[in-house]
Amino acid sequence: MSRKIYLSLDTTARSRGTDLVAAQVEKKLKAQPELNGKLIRNGSRGMFWLEPLLEISTPKGRVAYGPVAASDVSAILNQQCFDDVIEHPLCLGFTEQLPWLKSQQRLTFARVGVIDPVDVEDYINHDGFVGLTNALAKTAQQLVDQVKESGLRGRGGAAFPTGIKWQTVLDEPEQQKYIVCNADEGDSGTFADRMLMEGDPFVLIEGMIIAGLSVGANQGYIYLRSEYPQAHHILKLAIKNAEKAGYLGQNIAGSQHHFALEVRLGAGAYICGEETSLLESLEGKRGLVRAKPPLPAIEGLFGQPTVVNNVISLASVPYILTHGGAKYRDYGMGRSRGTLPVQLAGNIAQGGLVELAFGISLNQLLQQYGNGTKSKRAMSSIQVGGPLGAYLPSEQWDTPLDYEAFSSIGAVLGHGGIVVFDDTVDMAAQARFAMEFCEVESCGKCTPCRIGAVRGVEVIDKLLAGNNSEAQRQDHLSLLHDLCDTMEFGSLCAMGGMTPFPVRSALKYFPDHFVTPPLNHEDQVND
Amino acid sequence: MAVINEQGLQQIAEIIKQHQMLAGAMLPILHAIQNSVAFIPDNAMPLIAKALNVSRAEVHGVVSFYHHFRTEKPGNHVIEVCRGESCQAMGSRTLERAIKSKLAIDYHQTSSDQQYTLEPVYCLGNCACSPAIRIGDDIHGEVDPGKFEQILDALTTYSLELK
Repeated sequence: MSRKIYLSLDTTARSRGTDLVAAQVEKKLKAQPELNGKLIRNGSRGMFWLEPLLEISTPKGRVAYGPVAASDVSAILNQQCFDDVIEHPLCLGFTEQLPWLKSQQRLTFARVGVIDPVDVEDYINHDGFVGLTNALAKTAQQLVDQVKESGLRGRGGAAFPTGIKWQTVLDEPEQQKYIVCNADEGDSGTFADRMLMEGDPFVLIEGMIIAGLSVGANQGYIYLRSEYPQAHHILKLAIKNAEKAGYLGQNIAGSQHHFALEVRLGAGAYICGEETSLLESLEGKRGLVRAKPPLPAIEGLFGQPTVVNNVISLASVPYILTHGGAKYRDYGMGRSRGTLPVQLAGNIAQGGLVELAFGISLNQLLQQYGNGTKSKRAMSSIQVGGPLGAYLPSEQWDTPLDYEAFSSIGAVLGHGGIVVFDDTVDMAAQARFAMEFCEVESCGKCTPCRIGAVRGVEVIDKLLAGNNSEAQRQDHLSLLHDLCDTMEFGSLCAMGGMTPFPVRSALKYFPDHFVTPPLNHEDQVND
Repeated sequence: MAVINEQGLQQIAEIIKQHQMLAGAMLPILHAIQNSVAFIPDNAMPLIAKALNVSRAEVHGVVSFYHHFRTEKPGNHVIEVCRGESCQAMGSRTLERAIKSKLAIDYHQTSSDQQYTLEPVYCLGNCACSPAIRIGDDIHGEVDPGKFEQILDALTTYSLELK
C-alpha cells in the first residue's frame, strides 16, 4: 500500500499556492518511486494561514507541515517523514493535536480536510452513509421526528426549525415533491458552504437523500452560485461517483427508493439566496422574490411542495441520523442547538473555519482562534452575518453566539460569517456601501427596497458632503432613519428589510464617523 | 447588443437542443451559450424563446437580470474584483482603484486592445485571504496592487513548449 500525502484543492488553499506544491510533490514522487508515496487532494482543514498545508500519513497519525512552498518539498519528503514527526522548521506536529483544531467540535465538518472528497469508499470508511442506512430502516415520520428532536434550525441565516419545514412538506398529499439545496452562499465573510462542498460533498448528498426519504421527494437540485467554480467541478464529480456506487438514481443503496440529484448554477445575483427568488431562478425566470404565502413547503419549485434548505443544514442531517437527534441537541445553548461553523474573515491573522457549539462569546472566539488582526492594529468593528448584518462595536463582543442573543441587540448571527475591521475603518463608508449593495442587488419587485436603497445612498452622500449646517445635518439624519424604517417594515424580503441593520448600527455606535468627514472621504479608507 | 455570425448561430442552436428538455432549462442554456461563445448574442434570443416557448422579452428579461450574463463580447481575460466587506476590510478599495488605473478602464468596460474586461463581484468565498480577484476560473487571494501586476504579467507571458 502506498503512503499518503495530502494537499488541499480547496479554493482558498489553491489561492495560496497548493497547486504549485502539488506539482512539486508529484515530480518528487516520480523521481523517487522508492518513497512509494501517493498524493491525495482533499478539502481544507480551514487553517488558511497555514496553507499550503502538507500532511503526511504516519502510523501515529497525520503530521502537518505549513505553510509549505514548492521549494520546501524536497527537504520534507524523505523516508523518515512517513514514520513520525521529523525535524523541520515547518513541521507543526500531529494535525489532530493542533490546539486550534483539537478544541473544535467538528460534527458537520468531521471529514472536511480529512478524506478524498470524491472517493465514495473513503467516505464510507469514515462513517459515511451510516445515517442513510439508519434512515432506510425508518418511516418518513420517524425521520422528521429525529430532525425535530435535534433542534436543528436553518443554517442559511433565517434559523427556521428544519424539522417543522420538513413536516409541512411531508404532510402535503403524495405528489411530485422536491429537495432544493440553497448553495447560493452570497454573504461576504462566509465560505462554510463552499468548504463543505469542496471538502466533503457526499455528506451534503447524503443529507439530501435523507431529506428526500423524509418528505417523499425523489428529485433534488443544488442551486450553486456561479462564483464557486471549484465547488461546481467537485460536486459534479461527486454526484457522478455517487450514481456509479448506487447511492443516487434508482433503488438507492439497494432499497425501493429513488433519488436523482442535479447541480444548477446561479448567475451572480445575490438575491437568489432568498429562497423564493432561488426557486424562480431554478424555474428559469428572473430571480424576483415571491410574496408568501404560499410557503415553498406547499407551493415551491414548479408549484410543488419543496424543501429549501441551506448546505450546512442538510449536511448536518447525516450526523443526526447516525448519532440520534438527542446527541446533536446536547450541543448548544437556549434555542440554538448543535454546532455552528463560524467563519473568521476580513482583517484577521488566523482566518478560517471554526465549528463550535452555540454559546461561545464573540470575544472568546476571537481570542482563542483569531490571533488579532492581520494589520496588527486594534480591532474596531465586527460585522457578523453578512452584508445585511449589524456592525458590532467592542462593547457588544461579549454577546454569545446564539440566535436569540444576537437578535436581542439588533444584530444577526446569519450564516456565521465574522468580518473583522481594524481602527482605520470608515464606518460612514461602510454604511453607504450597505445601501449601495442593496441598490445593485435588489430584485426590484418592491418599492421600499428598489427605491429606498437609491435614496439611501443619496442621503448618506448629502450627510457626508461636509458643507451642512447643524440643522441640515439633523434633517439628513432624520430622513435616513425614516428611510430605514420604511425599508425595514415595508420590504418584501430580508434584502430591503435588513439593509438598515448595518446602516443603523454604524450610525448608533460610530456616530463620530458621520460628523466631520475628511475632504477625500473615500480615499481615507484603507489607504 | 452584439450579434453572432451564421456559424455561431448553428452552434447555439445545437446547444439549445442539448439542454431544452431540462426542467427550468433557461439558465442552463444561457450558461452553456456564454461558456461557448463568451456572451449571449442578440440574435440567439429568438432561438431560445422559440425552444422554450416563451417570448423574446422574457429571454431578454432573464439575461438582463443576472449580473453574470453579458450581451457584448468581453476581452480575452475577464477580471472580477471582489467588492465584499471582507475584502474592504483588507484594502480592496485601494486595490480596485489601482486595477482600474492600471487597465485604464472602469467596471463593465473592456480595454481597447480587447485584452481585459473588468467586472465587480460580490464575494468569491475567499474571505479568509482577502482581498480576492477572479480571472477565468482562477481565484487569487491576498491581492495588493503589486501582486496584481505580477498576476497580469503572468497572464500575458506565454510559455512555449519546444518539441
